[in-house]
Amino acid sequence: MAEMDTSSSGGGKKHGGTKSKKQSTRVDMTPMVDLGFLLITFFMLTTTMSKPKTMDLIMPKDTKDEKEQNKVKESTALTILLGKDNRVYYYEGLAQDPNASANPEFFKASSFANKGGIRDEIIKKRDEVSKMRNAKGEPEDVVVIIKADDDATYANFVDILDEMAINRIQRYATVDISDQDKTWIKQTEAANGVK
Amino acid sequence: MPKVKMPRKSTAIDMTAMCDVAFLLLTFFMLATKFKPDEPVTVVTPSSINTTLLPDSDVLLFTVDKDGRVFFSMDGQPKRKKMIEDLNSQFKLGLSDKEMKSFVTGASVGTPLKDLKNYLSLSEDERKKQGLDKGIPTDSANNELKTWIEYGMAAQEGSINKVKYCIKADNATPYPKIKEILETFKQKHIQKLNLVTNLKAAPQGTAAWQEEQAGGKKKE
Repeated sequence: MAEMDTSSSGGGKKHGGTKSKKQSTRVDMTPMVDLGFLLITFFMLTTTMSKPKTMDLIMPKDTKDEKEQNKVKESTALTILLGKDNRVYYYEGLAQDPNASANPEFFKASSFANKGGIRDEIIKKRDEVSKMRNAKGEPEDVVVIIKADDDATYANFVDILDEMAINRIQRYATVDISDQDKTWIKQTEAANGVK
Repeated sequence: MPKVKMPRKSTAIDMTAMCDVAFLLLTFFMLATKFKPDEPVTVVTPSSINTTLLPDSDVLLFTVDKDGRVFFSMDGQPKRKKMIEDLNSQFKLGLSDKEMKSFVTGASVGTPLKDLKNYLSLSEDERKKQGLDKGIPTDSANNELKTWIEYGMAAQEGSINKVKYCIKADNATPYPKIKEILETFKQKHIQKLNLVTNLKAAPQGTAAWQEEQAGGKKKE
């Protein structure tokens, strides 16, 4: 310890005689404490405490072979399109059947909002699909197809991947956007007066 | 009985304990943290519910800013040394020892290969001033990102299987740029990537939230 009590005479001098007054060895620690806390503040401000988190992204292999490609059933698919200004569009199925898109209600717009956004639609579709049974009698899994338009941002992309993690969607894929999808987005934007 | 003379106590406070605590904390902060790596650009990463930590070593990090400029960084000075030597001999860049050292001890690098010599000879401020922080070209005509991935991989030596390929992009980075980068990785047959994100809590009532409530058995 830095402080020692030396005010009472030690056992060294047994004969009375001349008592020289000893100086206290007590050190003033205030500047040291000041310095200590200054350094702490410096280190707290200049260093990184929490490490960034990462999200795994596993990309499928590109296969030209039709047989190796996974076939997605129209009934289990949900296609999500990412547009500009954080807009989200979605439709059920893959839109491979031209008749499916004849319905004006087919192509719908949504948002990333917590309530009434795309999440509700994903959950709705997931629960709907899980009631279906495949040939073996097992519940079907929903397959989400994500297509990002050129105006979408990275934040949209991560957000939608995050929705997959939040809702525990096991099967999803990011696919290049088709011209048909782009046209639909343009039409919807035009109809809603989005420039 | 002789009267016991009480020594007069001073009003000074004993600071020893406080000093002890201060230096204990100081030691802790010095050991438990590392300096913020200096980055040429500020990147605000999006948030996700993922809790996987970014590993400390064996990381090839590609930083993408909101204008789509790509920067490369890698940990480990011996690896960086090997990499710049390889690049130097392969592309005949004619780097001096000083310029190579600047790469080895430096942080992120983002410039076309032809400007690399000039880039490494300058300090960080001068690079900004001269507009050399152009980012690594990723377009299909001149895809130098591929070169960086290749040489980054080659420099890993023993730990090639442990390498994580991380992309740290800004919220506002346009998607086509990300797609270009993902395509490049795909061409190199790298399927597993890590996207750097901030942590956010899982929204209430969702599947992930329910799992968390049920005892934190995460499917990570």
